[in-house]
Parts: sequence; structure tokens; C-alpha cells
Amino acid sequence: MKKVMMGNHALSYGAMLARSQVIAAYPITPQTQVVELLSEMCASKALDAKFIKVESEHSAMAACLGASLAGARTFTATSAQGLALMHELLHWASGGRQPVVMGNINRAMAPGWSIWTDQNDSLSQRDTGWLQFYCASNQEVVDTVIQAFKISERFMIPSMVILDAFALSHTYEVVELPDQDKVDAYLPKFNPPFRLTPKEPHAFNALTSPDHYFELRYKLQKDMEKVPAAIEETGKEYEKAFGRYLGQVEEYHCDDADFVFVTSGTAGYTARVAVDELRKQGIKAGNLRMKVFRPFPFAKVREALAKVPKAAVVDRNCSYGHHGIFYQEIKSALYGEAKAPALFGYITGLGGRDITVEMFREIAKDTLSKPRPSEEIGWIGVKR
Amino acid sequence: MSAETKKKTMKLTLPEEELMSPGHLACQGCGATMAMRYMLKGLGQKTIVCIPACCWAVIDGPFPHSSLGIPIFHCAFEAAASTASGVKAGLEMVGDNETTVLAWAGDGGTFDIGLQALSGAAERNDDIIYVCYDNEAYMNTGIQRSSATPYGAWTTTTPVKHFKNRPKKDIVAIMAAHRIPYIATASVAYPEDLVKKAKKAKETRGTKFLHIWAPCPTGWKSRPEDTVKLARMVVQNGIFPLYEIENGETYKMTIKVAEKKPITDYVRLQGRFRHLKEDDLKVMQDEVDRKWASLQKKLI
Ligand SMILES: Cc1ncc(C[n+]2csc(CCOP(=O)(O)OP(=O)(O)O)c2C)c(N)n1
Ligand SMILES: [Mg+2]
Repeated sequence: MKKVMMGNHALSYGAMLARSQVIAAYPITPQTQVVELLSEMCASKALDAKFIKVESEHSAMAACLGASLAGARTFTATSAQGLALMHELLHWASGGRQPVVMGNINRAMAPGWSIWTDQNDSLSQRDTGWLQFYCASNQEVVDTVIQAFKISERFMIPSMVILDAFALSHTYEVVELPDQDKVDAYLPKFNPPFRLTPKEPHAFNALTSPDHYFELRYKLQKDMEKVPAAIEETGKEYEKAFGRYLGQVEEYHCDDADFVFVTSGTAGYTARVAVDELRKQGIKAGNLRMKVFRPFPFAKVREALAKVPKAAVVDRNCSYGHHGIFYQEIKSALYGEAKAPALFGYITGLGGRDITVEMFREIAKDTLSKPRPSEEIGWIGVKR
Repeated sequence: MSAETKKKTMKLTLPEEELMSPGHLACQGCGATMAMRYMLKGLGQKTIVCIPACCWAVIDGPFPHSSLGIPIFHCAFEAAASTASGVKAGLEMVGDNETTVLAWAGDGGTFDIGLQALSGAAERNDDIIYVCYDNEAYMNTGIQRSSATPYGAWTTTTPVKHFKNRPKKDIVAIMAAHRIPYIATASVAYPEDLVKKAKKAKETRGTKFLHIWAPCPTGWKSRPEDTVKLARMVVQNGIFPLYEIENGETYKMTIKVAEKKPITDYVRLQGRFRHLKEDDLKVMQDEVDRKWASLQKKLI
């Protein structure tokens, strides 16, 4: 069924089609419509789930973890301050190997108060052991939620499905909603190997001595390392069932490019428009859109970038005292590679400032005019 | 009566079922440990417990051991109530409407850092039992004051020169203000009363709150063998009367105190109060009397 919907509602529909059983969430702009629609779906029985109207995001995640360990498929959504408030619980989720799926609307962190998009909220949670998927269309949001449950439950690692505030969360697009019976076939009932039940009493998350803790975290990393292949595999399965492929990266004219943008989120689609324009002018540009950030798609990034002499990473975030975060990570992934492009790093669009086609033109001009990148951050669109 | 008939008529006053095994890691004379043992006698095996950071996170034993015969979710310090709410919702969604969900936290996890989550669960009236075992300080981390620490007490963050000069927070009044169906106080010196309340909580739907007095010899500088004595004294001297509240309104005493004793003997048995002068004791006694009088007005 085709439906016109906002990105936030795409998250709700994804959670509904995945047959989430317990939802615990707390409202925050620009996420509110996600939970509004879900509470309506629960009330109207369109979705057979319990909605716990908690008093904070901290309790939202705690309740999700309780429900998940009791054996229920669990979903929540938040943004920025809410995600930061959950921080401790994010570690509980991954350390406890609980496959909660959460939508996060990328919103800039206060102060000053901002409701507009940038990625510092989710990227600050980089090391919490969650899978991170960055979406660029509402279709991708629905498809990613369903696939995130599949991968999370297979590896017992939680997932964050991430979309830009307003640029996606409040933007209406046509979405092809997958058929429920096909989703059911793709995503069987959640059936965890261990759960809270008096029939088989276990103590979960107990005090863990140095004799055991290390191995538990080693296993988490080892399983993380298996996820890239699983994303490809489940992505192909998804394509077979629904006709859309979800991979770790999206290449756009990378094969013959003289240089590519490396982007994430909706900026990736703006970049494609810029690529088309540049190509019309005879400049062979391309775009590599990062769809997965954790686990980091090392192989896909190296493979795509081995083909091009220059790449410009465009970050809508900043690791203060270092550089753009995607830039750091891509640079480290390319270190020691025989075939790697000269890597340029740009930061733009913080706090929701529009990222325009014009800005990509500026980035292209800068990258192409310099033989070598400098260590300095290329600031695009900042008033100095 | 013959010895035989005597034997026949002897009645156990507590359920025989033991859901707590020896081998746990509690200190000698730990009141919190007795509280758990009695509570589980009342609730039975079909119980899931959420335990946040507190002494009980350690007492149960390290991975892969456990001294309890029921499932445990060791959860974040401030999240006992919200975790329990989630467990309850999850169980219902997988078709288990029977299992009792228990949140089991210390005074720090209840009066302080976990108060917000507890208030949220109580306002929603989620169907959980929340127990606060109260040893009047953060004992797990080495005896720091909490808002449950009473006036006059020494802790490592309220040294004798600056002993705690504010009264204990009235958690029961806070919970009563939420008008939840059932609230009770209990003491490890009165196990029959405690078990009865556990059973009543189990039979009641909605949020139940039990506040259990649990002496801590290590933190109170008392003798381990005095734990039960101290837990009885607080009931008899009015520091911790045993009562129930239904729907936040109907107060009922469950252990009647014929003649309220002065607090002096109780105070003298504990090193944490050793520094107190007569005047300080009077402040303590006045606070007990004030609270006692206020409770009498609410009783039916
Ligand atoms: C967020 C967080 N802050 C602090 C701690 C450290 N901590 C662990 S237990 C504890 C005190 C617990 O006190 P209480 O709830 O009274 O239980 P008790 O130890 O007395 O049994 C503290 C401060 C923690 N685990 N998590
Ligand atoms: Mg305590």
C-alpha cells in the first residue's frame, strides 16, 4: 500500500509492521509524532502493544529493557536531550544484549536550545554498543526499522534508526508500506534464548568479576564484526521480498568519479543533486552515502573509495578538539590502504543550518583546487 | 495437654518455602537479607525481582551465582520502578498475567535517585510491588548519607562535627499522596506481619509500596546480634510504627503499641549516634513524637 507520510510516521509504521509489543517513550520535539501515532495505534488496536507513558527518557529505556528481557519486542523513539538522558541505559541495553530498536531524530544538543538537526546527539553515543543506521528517505525509515529488528534480534544487539530533524522527520514523502503478512514472514516472532521467567530463574546482569567481564565484551565486539555481512544478507532477503535493497552504503556515480562527497542522512540526497549538476558541467563527481555507522562498514568504504583520487567528507557534527566524526572514522579506515583517496574534511549545517546544493558546489571547488588536503577543517557556510 | 496433641496443634506462623539460599554475601546481622527472605516467603516462586545498585546487588552473589530461587534483573540504580513496569508489560504481552513483579531497592535507590521513576510508576498505577528496604544510608558505597538518614546520625559524609541536621524524608507520605492502592510499613522483627503484607500486596492490583525497616550493623555501628532487637525497638518507641494505607487515605495500625517507649535505649545501642548530646536526643525525640501524633490523627 502506498501512503504519503512524514518521516516520524514512517518510524511509527515501521514499529507497527514489526509488531512491536511494548513501547515506552517520552515526548521531545521533533520526535513527538512518532509516539503520538503509536499511542493511537495501540488505542485503536491497529497494533497489539502496551504503551507505557513514562515520566522520562531514562525510564523509557529502562522500561524497554524490562519488557525486552521478559520476552517482548520493544520499540522507543527519542531525540537529542532525551537520548543523552538515556546514555547510561544505552550501555545497559548493549551490555545486557537486549535487541531494543529505537528511532532517534537527529537534533542539535543544547545549549542554546535548538530543535533543528545535527548529528552530535547520536554520534555522542558512538561507543555504547548500539547499531546505528542513518536514513535519507521515509521509505528507508520504514524498511530500516523492520530490518533493524531482524538484525538486532539475531545478534542480540540494540539498534538506533536515525533521521534528520525536520529535513526528514517532518517531510512528507510517498512510502510503499510492505504487506503485513510478508513482514511477518521476514521477521518471525521474537523468541530470545534467555528471558525472565520463574520457570527458569536466572540472574541477569549480576556483579561480574574481572574473570568474566572481559569475555562478555569481547563477544559483543565479535558479534558486531559479524553484522556487516548480516546486513548484506538480510538486505538481499529484504530485496527479494519487497524489492528494495538496504545496504551499508549507497554509491552514486562513484565508479568513474574524479572525486566523491561522503555524506550521511538527508544531506546525501542534496549531494546527489549537486553531483548531477557537476556532471552536467563536465566534472565527474560522485556521492558515497553512509547508511550504517556502527558497526563501521570498513570493507564497503574502502572498496568505494579505492576507486577515486579525492573524497570530501561532509560532516553535520563536530568532535570538538578533533574534527568531523565521519571524517575521523573514514580517515582511520583508510589508513595504510594501498589505494586510498586524498581525504578532505568539511563541517557544515550545525544546529539545523540548511545544507544546500550551493554548499556542495563550494566543497567541490575547494577539493578540486587543492592538490592535498590540509589538517584544517573546511568550514562551509559559517559566518566569520 | 499431652505432648502429642501439642505437636499436632503447633502451627507454623510463616510459609516453609525457602527461596533464599545460604552462601549469599551479606554481612552478619544484615536486616536487608532477612527482609528479602521473608518477602519471598510471602510472594512465592512466581516472582521476578528487579534489583538496582544497592547492597542487594552484591548480596545475591556474583555472576554466575545467585542465592535466590527466582529470576533477577539487576538494573540501573535509578531505574528499579521503571524496569519493573517494563517487565510487567512485557510479561503480559507474552501471555504471563500471573507472575508477580517486584522492584527491590535500598533507601538511596528509593528516596533519592530512584524517586522520579517510582513516582512515575505509582502515578500510572503500574501493577508492581515496590519494596524499599531502609538501612538509612548508602551502605553499598560505604555508609554515605541519604535522605533517609535520620537527624543526628553519623555517616561518612555527615561526620560527627556536622552530623545530619535534617529529618528523614517522609517517603510514605509521598507515596500516599500518589493514592496508590496499597502502602505498608514492615520491620524484620515482625516477620508474620511482613509476610501478611507481602501477601496482601500480591493480591492487590496496581502499585504497591512496602517500606521495610532493615538495620545495618556495619553502617549503624551496632552489634549483629542486635538487629532484630533494634528492628523491634523502632516499632515500640514509635520511630517506625507498623501500619497500612489503602488508597492513600485509609490508615490502619497492624502492630499496636500499648505504651510508646522513649528512644534513648535504641539510640544507645548504635555507634552512629554516640556523639549526640542530651539536647540532640531531645530534637530526635520531639521529631518522633510529632510524627507519632500526626499518624494517630490519620488512623481509623
Ligand atoms: C547512577 C549511579 N550513581 C551512583 C552509583 C553508586 N552507588 C551504588 S549503590 C549506591 C548506594 C545505594 O544505597 P541504597 O539505595 O540505600 O542501598 P544500600 O547500599 O544501602 O543497600 C551508590 C551511590 C551507581 N551505581 N549508579
Ligand atoms: Mg541504604
